[in-house]
Amino acid sequence: MSELTSKTIAELRDGFRSGDFTAREIAETYNAAVAAAKTLNAYTVETPEDALAAAQAADEARGNGDPGALAGIPLGIKDLFATRGVDSTAGSNILKGFKPTYESTVTANLRKAGAGMLGKLNMDEFAMGSSNETSAYGPVLSPWRRKGSNVGLTPGGSSGGSAAAVAADIAPGVTGTDTGGSIRQPAAFVGICGIKPTYGRCSRWGVVAFASSLDQAGPMAKTVRDCAILLEAMAGFDPKDSTSLDLPVPQWEANLSSNLNGKRVGIPKEYRIDGVPAEINALWDQGIEWLKDAGATPVEISLPHTKYALPTYYIIAPAEASSNLARYDGVRYGMRAAVEGGLDDMYGATRAGGFGAEVKRRIMIGTYVLSAGFYDAYFTKAQKVRALIKQDFRNAFQQCDVILTPTAPSAAFGIGETTDPLAMYLNDVFAVPASLAGLPAMSVPGGLDGQGLPLGLHLIGNELDEQMVLNAGLAIEERAGFTARPEKWW
Amino acid sequence: MADSTAPYRVKGDTGEWEVVVGLEVHAQITASKAKMFSGAATAFGAEPNTQVSLVDAAMPGMLPVPNQECIRQAVRTGMALDAVINRWSRFDRKNYFYADLPQGYQISQLYHPLVGPGEVEILLDDKDENSVKQIGIERIHVEQDAGKLMHDQHPTKSYVDLNRCGVALMEIVSRPDMRSPAEAGAYLRKLRAILRYVGSCDGNMEEGSMRADVNVSVRKPGGEFGTRTETKNVNSVRFVMAVIEHEAKRQVELIEEGGEVAQETRLYDPDKNVTRSLRSKEDAHDYRYFPDPDLLPLELDEAFLEECRSSLPELPDAKRKRYEGLGITPYNAGVLTAEVETARWFDALLDAGAEPRQGANWVVAELFGALNRRNETLATTGISPVEAAELLKLVADGTISGTLAKQVFEIMLETGDAPSRIVEERGLKQTSDTGAIDAEIDKILAANADKVAEYKGGKPQLFGFFVGQTMKAMQGKANPQVVNERLRAKLD
Repeated sequence: MSELTSKTIAELRDGFRSGDFTAREIAETYNAAVAAAKTLNAYTVETPEDALAAAQAADEARGNGDPGALAGIPLGIKDLFATRGVDSTAGSNILKGFKPTYESTVTANLRKAGAGMLGKLNMDEFAMGSSNETSAYGPVLSPWRRKGSNVGLTPGGSSGGSAAAVAADIAPGVTGTDTGGSIRQPAAFVGICGIKPTYGRCSRWGVVAFASSLDQAGPMAKTVRDCAILLEAMAGFDPKDSTSLDLPVPQWEANLSSNLNGKRVGIPKEYRIDGVPAEINALWDQGIEWLKDAGATPVEISLPHTKYALPTYYIIAPAEASSNLARYDGVRYGMRAAVEGGLDDMYGATRAGGFGAEVKRRIMIGTYVLSAGFYDAYFTKAQKVRALIKQDFRNAFQQCDVILTPTAPSAAFGIGETTDPLAMYLNDVFAVPASLAGLPAMSVPGGLDGQGLPLGLHLIGNELDEQMVLNAGLAIEERAGFTARPEKWW
Repeated sequence: MADSTAPYRVKGDTGEWEVVVGLEVHAQITASKAKMFSGAATAFGAEPNTQVSLVDAAMPGMLPVPNQECIRQAVRTGMALDAVINRWSRFDRKNYFYADLPQGYQISQLYHPLVGPGEVEILLDDKDENSVKQIGIERIHVEQDAGKLMHDQHPTKSYVDLNRCGVALMEIVSRPDMRSPAEAGAYLRKLRAILRYVGSCDGNMEEGSMRADVNVSVRKPGGEFGTRTETKNVNSVRFVMAVIEHEAKRQVELIEEGGEVAQETRLYDPDKNVTRSLRSKEDAHDYRYFPDPDLLPLELDEAFLEECRSSLPELPDAKRKRYEGLGITPYNAGVLTAEVETARWFDALLDAGAEPRQGANWVVAELFGALNRRNETLATTGISPVEAAELLKLVADGTISGTLAKQVFEIMLETGDAPSRIVEERGLKQTSDTGAIDAEIDKILAANADKVAEYKGGKPQLFGFFVGQTMKAMQGKANPQVVNERLRAKLD
């Protein structure tokens, strides 16, 4: 049955519905695959019984002729999502053992559609990282390796476990979250698809907050179509999230079309930056050709404030995080350090012991930029630049329907190779502007670099126009013919 | 009696000092039975941690959702204070660590409050309509309350009760416009009355639904503002006045001894009637306020504002002017409008047909006197406005005399019976039967022939004696006017 794990979600769904195989067979196959891939460290918790229970319900529903959109599909869930009764720790020691009494809206939506859960997926602590190396559970190993090398590579981050699970066929699809590229960069690193929808499409209720004004959940899967299927199930208005968009969920899958006749593809000149490998720029040019072939017209556009996006992001995101993470204080749940002294001593010891270095760094940055005397110079200025970046995109979408760029400035790097935090932050240089503007954006695999590692192409759409992003992604997917799979070594 | 409009001065060794007071009043929006952002209940006195939602406990991934009713009540309150309502406002996070603050921040409004400048009119002298003073309101913002720590439950540990955590508060910030403890007291009482008229806050200071931070500084009269201290969480009008008096004296003594007032936060100890330093400016928190990214800005549309406006009741000042227009004395009008319960009761009395002046006099003198004596309130007494109006009508139409009315009222208070029934059953109806009255008068004049002679001989003050004797003989039921007429006919 191992060929089941190489199927797309669409294929599993259709095969299940037509009775080619049962949901139970799918769940059992995946449960076994998950159990056999512990080396990758992709899952922090395995929940085979959950996947089986959902499969049983799906098989019964199929008998009754009314299976949900995701009936029979088991999924991996990023550890940032609260899942009732199952450890939900955001990859952090400070939440070790925390089992919520509640279920996030996004995972509840997926369950309502019939999906089961294979387990919780490893991630950078509190989604802060681009390599999954900041996780309290240790790094995730990418299933990919450089040609002729057995150096362990990162799957990117922060949704590193999510990316590795799809690439290694130990989940047909997964949830990710994207604050400044955390879905798209890992998707690019492991040769899969991942989309971050417009800010507000997916409810943030029950998702551990990193930077509230940027956090968005989204799916990662093998294909563009699978992303459309999953996103339809995840998205939707939620009155429990004040920033949730009160709009109906479009039928993204039914409206998939790779015919881009009459569409204009914006190519932002500011994304041609120094130090990016020629292979990546070449793939970008290839991407333009593919979209032309699909009927689109390329137009050069300008996003003049692009160079300020990364510094702006690294003021706003830590500022919000420094406040969002204040609740992890050892008083009500999670870790509490046993320490002599008073309340302040307990706070200090708990947070010193519970948070990792990168989380502490960002709390420090965020606290600093919000401090009296620095607030205007940093936070207020960053908010202003953010408004300018949004305006850049608004202007650009007067001239084009979708924007094409590379997803990341490099292919996957080795574990432990990038030790300078600033060099790590540069991973998200292409991803961050769309996050600041709240726009839908997707990474689609384009090809392999000289070392045999996947590279992604990045599509940014106008507000609420996930369809355009998916359609352009589909056009690339069809033309790139990306069928490379990592050779199984684990 | 001291002239209450004379400036309040603190006498120091170097001369007289003026006190400058501003108040930040925290008023719980008791009109909403749910918290500001979580929907949890807010009942007072519930068992610890029984009114706590996942949001209040700041569980991971929980998000605040504004309670529309709380916004509405704060807007109505702003309108009642003649304040600017900001159609665009925003929530900010005030960040600090404390065990009673699960989120690690309080959701408040620093940069763009819901309500802007307004004012409250106070009377420096209840009996003098011209002693009006306007106290400026700087702003009203809405925010969450924190929980509370309980230090008396365990020898070495503190417990946390989150029931109050997330309860909706309005912070009503005055300008530093008050110049005496009495002005601050008048302002607080007036503000409390307005809140209770509007219904947004029950003003119950004992249960903590209203409390004040008291900002006090001193200066030489008319000089530059001095450095202020802020005394936190004072929970009665009396204590607020005591804090001002105490702080003003303390500051004057400090300055005159060559010291400097430190800008600091202080706490009031009502048992010892002193304030003491809680923390200095140097130790002040850096709250790192910034816009709460979990919440969209509040944008109010015209329909919402119109509903808020049209749902406002008649407010104390307007009501007082209306009462005065009905011929009620300014003093009575002031007393009748000071508390919303009194005003509502009096309006019902007018609706039941009572004559305004007679009604006002009766309520202020008779009803309040009886309630005081009996240790009752309008809420607990069995006297209804309709019955009271009936009693007043019996006096007005001559059915009973004013003297009899007092008796009837006492019986009403005791038995709860309707006045007409009491009059009927006990035969207390006043009589204008001239035959019966004449017969008694004749008997009295005959029995007091000496007094009649004195009267006729130039002692007109004896007329009252004959009236009294006649009324007594008639057991108080004779119409005094008729008695007067008949006596004059027979004597003059």
